[in-house]
Amino acid sequence: MAYILDERQKQVSVAGANAPTIECNKVSLAGSVSQRACVFCGSRVVLYPIVDALHLIHGPIGCAAYTWDIRGSLSSGPELHRLSFSTDLQERDVIFGGENKLYDSLIELIDAHNPKAAFIYTTCIVGVIGDDVERICRQVEKEKNIPVIPVQAPGFQGSKKDGYKVACEAIFKLVGTADKPTPKKSINILGDFNLAGELWILLEYYKKMGVHVNATITGDGRIDDIRNAQNAGLNVVQCSGSMIHLAKMMKEKYGTPFMRVSYFGIEDMSDALYDVARFFKDDDMMAKARQLVKEEISRLMPELAWYKERLTGKKAAIYVGGAFKAISLVKALRLIGVQSVIVGSQTGTPEDYELIKKLCDEGTIIVDDSNPVELSHFVKEKHADIFIGGVKERPIAHKIGLGFCDHNHERKEPLAGYEGMMNFAKEIYATAMSPVWKFTKNP
Amino acid sequence: MLLRHTTAKEIDRKALTINPAKTCQPIGAMYAALGFHGCLPHSHGSQGCCAYHRSALSRHFREPIMAGTSSFSEGSSVFGGQANLVQAIDTMFTVYNPEVIAVHTTCLSETIGDDMLAIISKADEDGCIPKGKSVIYCNTPSYVGTHVTGYSNMVTSFVKNFATATPKKRNVINLVAGWMEPSDMAEIKRLAKVMEARTLMFPDMTGVLDAPLDGHYKMYPKGGTTLEEMKLSGDSKFTIGLGPMTTEAACIQMDNKCKVKFEVIDIPIGFKATDRFLMSLSRHANVPIPEELSDERGQLIDLISDSARHLYGKRVALWGDPDTLVPLTEFLVSMDMKPVYIVSGTASKYFDEKMPVILKDIPEAKFMCGERADMFRMHQWIKQEGVDLLIGNTYGKYIARDEDTPFVRFGFPIADRPGHNYFPKTGYKGAANLLTQMVDAMLDKFDRVCDEEKVEFQM
Repeated sequence: MAYILDERQKQVSVAGANAPTIECNKVSLAGSVSQRACVFCGSRVVLYPIVDALHLIHGPIGCAAYTWDIRGSLSSGPELHRLSFSTDLQERDVIFGGENKLYDSLIELIDAHNPKAAFIYTTCIVGVIGDDVERICRQVEKEKNIPVIPVQAPGFQGSKKDGYKVACEAIFKLVGTADKPTPKKSINILGDFNLAGELWILLEYYKKMGVHVNATITGDGRIDDIRNAQNAGLNVVQCSGSMIHLAKMMKEKYGTPFMRVSYFGIEDMSDALYDVARFFKDDDMMAKARQLVKEEISRLMPELAWYKERLTGKKAAIYVGGAFKAISLVKALRLIGVQSVIVGSQTGTPEDYELIKKLCDEGTIIVDDSNPVELSHFVKEKHADIFIGGVKERPIAHKIGLGFCDHNHERKEPLAGYEGMMNFAKEIYATAMSPVWKFTKNP
Repeated sequence: MLLRHTTAKEIDRKALTINPAKTCQPIGAMYAALGFHGCLPHSHGSQGCCAYHRSALSRHFREPIMAGTSSFSEGSSVFGGQANLVQAIDTMFTVYNPEVIAVHTTCLSETIGDDMLAIISKADEDGCIPKGKSVIYCNTPSYVGTHVTGYSNMVTSFVKNFATATPKKRNVINLVAGWMEPSDMAEIKRLAKVMEARTLMFPDMTGVLDAPLDGHYKMYPKGGTTLEEMKLSGDSKFTIGLGPMTTEAACIQMDNKCKVKFEVIDIPIGFKATDRFLMSLSRHANVPIPEELSDERGQLIDLISDSARHLYGKRVALWGDPDTLVPLTEFLVSMDMKPVYIVSGTASKYFDEKMPVILKDIPEAKFMCGERADMFRMHQWIKQEGVDLLIGNTYGKYIARDEDTPFVRFGFPIADRPGHNYFPKTGYKGAANLLTQMVDAMLDKFDRVCDEEKVEFQM
């Protein structure tokens, strides 16, 4: 594997007996065309779906421009989060400081929109020029009487994963600032961002089971719900990479228990519902969950069989942000006859990779923080038919003549839940079987 | 409504930018660098910058975008980015084997004061730059100028580093391409070919960002201006810059370094700007304008006359970059349309000087460039009095929907429709393409919403 940088050899492994433990949590090698992003990016994507808050980006224009309406996190109400607000720092601000500009911008915004809270993101440069963002936030909070929360997210302080942590800390400042009567058997949904309306599918399931959903963090999120989040009986955490930190902090301070779930694929989705019923030790809830799962599966399986018959033997390469999602994808693909031959993530932990290794067939390539050169070699070596990834991987997959499924910000159909499993099967089928791949070679 | 927060009354803002009509310098530098064959752009800053630029360019072109990053850490922000960049240069030449690495800076590396020349010299001393390969750089602080400035800076850096004058002049005209699509560049090269003028275009994204799908992934697609051509550009007899904001600095650099005289003209959008381009090329290459091109012009004029009744007096709102907005506005005015609202986030003397002249007979026109000339402001103007057509990048789609206004996509980024890198907007054919899209958009809406008895077969 000469195309793998020497320094990266240990971040790649092959599933099978005696496979070495993969190294991860490493900083990207400078010069490597890494698919990773920065702290700001991580905090921004996590907080972005809170729809009734202001999101003001304190920095030069780029950071605001590139995160303007970038993920399809749908709102059932306010649309404030889809606008792009920036202090647009100029050279004079870099020299004389941007504090006044930040203050003025905040006042202008709060006066115009009366938001429930404001998040102020600091970017790379703000830390270096020494603006006291905390002080401005405190001052505006006092003047305008809404929570004004600094999100200290200079990009250079780490990778996207570190940004998730920063976002969790920002949210944690809100938790516990309200105390509303809340049903005992209630949950907070952590780590679903309502891409393509996925959260709404989950809400429907939980409603059918008789579970009260207290706060959704952060998909279709509301400040008032988050402030009261400590009153839920349980935190149900998906996409653990981004939200586990918040769950841990809430457990420590408020004693709120948490569990990790995944909503992708039939197995994991059903477990997510059963686990909640089991947690509340409620037979009625469990019976309703069983009924729901039974109904959904008996409707879904015959339809999936059609796809499985046609897709069996196809091979998939997975390269996604979080490893937990990759695990669900391996299982979901298996359900429709597709074998995962490459499984990688940008931010997986050693435990995640061990789990993947156990789950996958022998010979599967497992990789942490990969790059386009490696990925294109892997897919050739393993004869993959389909690639599952994000925006930067799509055109590469297409150039090689592979089908592609976006399992990231750009998904257009919900992929969560039973309905999502159906959409996923359709999408994989449509792309894997597209006639276009027959024409990629010149006559 | 997605933009329910927009009020018709203009809020007096002194600090805040809402929905920018611009982005930052580094992405322009990255885009420009992709127009050189075998070039790997490199972002000297945090890895997020590089990821954002690659994603934005990928979404627009639907092509793989390769670039390295120095992956700054807390340590680099305190001690400087030298170690990271030296290692990055080593890694990139070892693994990705580019001909040239084109480094651009970021707000972070600029603010901590990294000396790029010193760092690249250090990398050379350390033996990280193989023989025959190059590392060049330009400064692109994000808090100065916009993406347009970054593009200009990178093109200028290529001239500075590669253009070489030898005693042997060549009968070739340099065409410095401003920020446009590969399709626009291909059309300009076609026009030159039809005229039998010998030209050398740089940067040149054709064959790079419109590459064919043939089952192979190529890190360096076959297109792009080669470094050999860049060296030869210093022996060309004249330079034509297309778009003042994005090419004038490179033209001046070429003149200073290689004594190649130059002229900077508008990007050939619309028939007047195309006329000027052809005349300039004809004069400097000393070739006539052939009948074939006169016929193309005649076809465009024919199309305009056929559509004139649909164009007359139509109010249009535009946003984008000065280099495209100026000739586009001129094109609309020349067809009796009324470009009434124009914004660009890029501060530009060119814009400020040209617009009042082009728009002198449209007293109601409002135009603004620079800080806080953003999409929110333009939407407020539209709320005050509506328009018949919107022309600009994808960020206009929210306004188009809320105000139910026909919308033609033009500019950067276009993330929700394919094809812009294949179908040009430059030259007579590009103008015809643009005009057809405009008329289609307006008539499609008419057919959809007009009273039933008004639907007609012929229009």
